[in-house]
Amino acid sequence: MSLKDIISKTLSQWMKGTGPERDVVLGSRVRLARNLAGVPFPSIADSEQKKYVGKQAQSAMECIQGEIGNVEFVPMAEVSPLERRLLVEKHLISPALTQDVKNKAVILRDDEAVSVMINEEDHLRIQALFPGLAPADAYQLCSFVDDAFDQVVEYAYSPRQGYLTACPTNVGTGMRASIMLHLPALTLSNQIKRVIGAISQVGLAVRGIYGEGTEVLGNIYQLSNQITLGHTEEEIVNHLKDVTMRVLDQERSAREQLVQRSRLHIEDRVYRSYGILANARSMTSQEAMQRLSDLRLGIDLGLVKGIEPRILQELLVMIRPAHLQKIMGEELDAPRRDERRAALIRERLRMAQGNGDE
Amino acid sequence: MGMLCEQCHKEAASVYITRIVNDHKTEMYLCNQCAREKGELGGAVEPGFAFHNILAGLFDPQTASAAGHARQVTTRCSGCGLTLSDFRRIGKLGCSQCYSEFEKELEPLLKRIHRSGEHVGKSPHTARDERREWQRSLERLRTQLAEAVNKEEFEAAARLRDEMRALQSKLEDHPGSSPLT
Repeated sequence: MSLKDIISKTLSQWMKGTGPERDVVLGSRVRLARNLAGVPFPSIADSEQKKYVGKQAQSAMECIQGEIGNVEFVPMAEVSPLERRLLVEKHLISPALTQDVKNKAVILRDDEAVSVMINEEDHLRIQALFPGLAPADAYQLCSFVDDAFDQVVEYAYSPRQGYLTACPTNVGTGMRASIMLHLPALTLSNQIKRVIGAISQVGLAVRGIYGEGTEVLGNIYQLSNQITLGHTEEEIVNHLKDVTMRVLDQERSAREQLVQRSRLHIEDRVYRSYGILANARSMTSQEAMQRLSDLRLGIDLGLVKGIEPRILQELLVMIRPAHLQKIMGEELDAPRRDERRAALIRERLRMAQGNGDE
Repeated sequence: MGMLCEQCHKEAASVYITRIVNDHKTEMYLCNQCAREKGELGGAVEPGFAFHNILAGLFDPQTASAAGHARQVTTRCSGCGLTLSDFRRIGKLGCSQCYSEFEKELEPLLKRIHRSGEHVGKSPHTARDERREWQRSLERLRTQLAEAVNKEEFEAAARLRDEMRALQSKLEDHPGSSPLT
């Protein structure tokens, strides 16, 4: 299979590099936490109760099959550990869903824009991922799936506290909306700390790419709402979008200033990284992420031509350990992984240089 | 060696905990072991430190009083058996009933996290009740239509059929929420 085929098979909807504000926003995600009334939350529920939750979710899924497209119910215990890690690397499930897999499951749509985790921290976690800045679309899709479940099951809900969740940080709307942003210029110009500080003062959280407690890799940040109670879903989404637009403005003007004030420096940085990506024989994922961020900045600034900007989204998933292992068809230890990662990146760049990205 | 742990008075204190409850500040110097036993550390010194550990630390309405402490340890949620001190330790509730059983303790916590205690967003029933209403009307119309046909009142039957069609397309257009494109 050619690399092109592998990429097209690997790409989820959100990695396709489309969507509004795509020069800075990689993707938007919304998830709704829901629990069934009368059943203890998964951390306490016994195995019969969790099995019941799974059954209910499955029958709800069958009801909406025609309306939301091709969905599949995937019990975690029936997929290999490698497959599970692939799903985590694509952001379709959380790492928590891959541990103690008994009675855990995920419902996946074939374009991977929607997934529903079952028996994670809450009974149901409905998630939608869209490319670009589209949190309202992602919410609408989640809400649609939510309504379908609502026809089949009775949710744990109180008029005063809203949807009841295992963790009080999610109660109310049960909604976490997040935007994945590539902010190289704010990072390079040392303005990012100030921006993060400002963001956290308006009720939003900033995290690294793999969520809570993870480091920032490749200048990619996730911006998400902290507050889930006392505001409507629309208010939360609009607020997140408004703040994101402010951050976008800042990033764009930082990019302009970089070009105006330090063109040589920025060109050197971009081409140096490009050269290393195109020629290195071994590369850690941390270095790869940084270099890809530089390359992507070069593409966005018009310095590098003929490479699709989405190379960043593609490769940030494909250079992860489970994906490398899957693509190479063999188990890899860390040094081999670094070697294979470098080879994959070289091939991807050759593909772009050879016939140009479409 | 510096200060001794206030709990065991044996080990050196290595953890300093400040807690502010209702504008009242308490301070504690503990050794690692005691801090962990009291559930003060949560995951703070372990890998995988997460937000809920801070959360559990915030949640401490009444340990100042002995009665409050007893309630934390002995009162169990009748739905799932969770105690308030379990919640403090793990940062997660056990079932939906916990919210009503521990409402008094949770209320200030929710205010601290969300700056509000009242849900105003979506509810499970809005979409569903509307649809149910349509479905009920549809059933009613179906019966009326059968009667009209039986009585050979064809004008009435045609009107009823049109009404049914309108409802059916409404149900198709709104499969539970705003239509998807």
